[in-house]
Amino acid sequence: MGYAIETIYFLTAVLFIVGLQRMSHPTTARSGIVWAGYGMVLATVVSFVHPQIQAGPGNYALMVIAIAIGGAIAWWGAKKVAMTAMPQMIAIYNGMGGGAAAAIAAVELLKVHAHPLPISTLIMAVAGALIGAVAFSGSVVAFGKLQELKFFKDDAKFRFTGQQKVNAAVFAAAVVLGLVIALTHSSNGALITVFFLLALAFGAMMALPIGGADMPVVISLFNAFTGLAVALEGFVLGNSAMIIAGIIVGSSGTLLTLMMAKAMNRSVANVLFSNWAALGSGEAQAVTGSLKPMEPPDAAIQMAYASKVIIVPGYGMAVAQAQHKIWEMCKLLIERDVTVKFAIHPVAGRMPGHMNVLLAEAGVPYDLIFDMDEINEEFSTADVALVIGANDVVNPAARTDKASPIYGMPILNVDHAKNVQVIKRGKGVGFAGIENALFFADNTRMVYGDAQKVAAGMIQGIKDLG
Amino acid sequence: MEVMKQVVEFFSPIYILMLAGFLGYEIISKVPVILHTPLMSGTNFVHGIVLVGAMVALGQAVTPLEQAIGFLAVLLGAGNAVGGYFVTERMLEMFKSSKGQEK
Repeated sequence: MGYAIETIYFLTAVLFIVGLQRMSHPTTARSGIVWAGYGMVLATVVSFVHPQIQAGPGNYALMVIAIAIGGAIAWWGAKKVAMTAMPQMIAIYNGMGGGAAAAIAAVELLKVHAHPLPISTLIMAVAGALIGAVAFSGSVVAFGKLQELKFFKDDAKFRFTGQQKVNAAVFAAAVVLGLVIALTHSSNGALITVFFLLALAFGAMMALPIGGADMPVVISLFNAFTGLAVALEGFVLGNSAMIIAGIIVGSSGTLLTLMMAKAMNRSVANVLFSNWAALGSGEAQAVTGSLKPMEPPDAAIQMAYASKVIIVPGYGMAVAQAQHKIWEMCKLLIERDVTVKFAIHPVAGRMPGHMNVLLAEAGVPYDLIFDMDEINEEFSTADVALVIGANDVVNPAARTDKASPIYGMPILNVDHAKNVQVIKRGKGVGFAGIENALFFADNTRMVYGDAQKVAAGMIQGIKDLG
Repeated sequence: MEVMKQVVEFFSPIYILMLAGFLGYEIISKVPVILHTPLMSGTNFVHGIVLVGAMVALGQAVTPLEQAIGFLAVLLGAGNAVGGYFVTERMLEMFKSSKGQEK
């Protein structure tokens, strides 16, 4: 039996790897997740007859019930969620994985008196428990923040002086207690409970003061954490599928976290241990000039007679649910032989790639969508750059103004285009709370209003041309 | 011979660790930015394999407390796997080329 199960686990690991590999290209991505899905089903089914399971039918019944309930809730949630809410959904599912890893460790630790484990295994169990519990509570907080639940809304409320020291102390206490549990082979319920409470508290305390804009990096980090926790518990149980899958997620998640942080021009440490307000010193450069408004039909005519238009979508577009209307407008432009391209900043939307998902949902083909590095040179040859609900990612202050909190962040060179149109709800400042010199430039026109209505106005404008 | 066997047994998990670590790094480093969110979601699904560990843990549970925690572990693990799968699939389903070559 053992050989049969290990063979299936081996096959699962292969399916996961092939699946992830296929997921890394748009044409094969869909089939990638299906491959990985087959692996998961296989592994789950054979685990029912795992030789390490020795208990009676009661536990089997519990297993089936737990899978049914957990699976049904998750399935329902995954089907219902709006594409804009995807990042927090990923966060909550990730938290569940971390929690599961921590719970496995809890069971193993409670059983130590009956089934002694070597010290090295116990240390891995405790480490996995700590990391998993942190990923769990941290992910729940991340979910709350992105879902904009009232309790989590005010980041400043959770900041206090000496916070880093308090967090460090809680973490140190959890580590020490974990070591005590491992080294003394303790099955002491009270000790284990306090250990888990400390770990959970640390995860929440780590995530609470971090602002919503930085959450993607944090979610990605917790994703890597969960992978690591799963791998550690895999070592404890001697489960090769868990070890391989966990390590792959741990390493790929770590790299993804670093890439995201880099795209935001911040280090991971900076995201975790500081906040926007504390960044940037001195007076910001004064912005001169005036905002020049433009009506949607006029903007449409400018685009209709252009030869190349680059669209720069931001989260504002997604909030207004304008992506369908915008694509409808783009199709009209394409019919008029206008070259239309979409330029995506790495942090557009709430996560790298999130904007691509939102555009894909509206039906925009992915070969019209370009990364910042691919398209930045092209702005100088564009007749019109249309910015929709994006602000900080097109702010030239990132290049020139050393006092600006976004100084150094790579931006889209929208200001190099011959004409710039900006669709914006109102005259307010962006997420980082700074004025945008682009909006005051001579070649920039502001199209005020709800992005969806503006897009409708533009469509009408193009149609009126005949 | 016996010593050699022990050495191999000691090192094989370390080899797995190293190879799997590099593999994860390689897979992600080739991914275009447009797929970062779905891929993060995909890796999130992959660690849903914690479900099988949770099943084993519940299977070994004896006391009611162990059973309760094991039950929680399976519940959470199933949520991770099922939810992770469907959100990833929903996202990837939407990626289409303008040339209409879907797969």
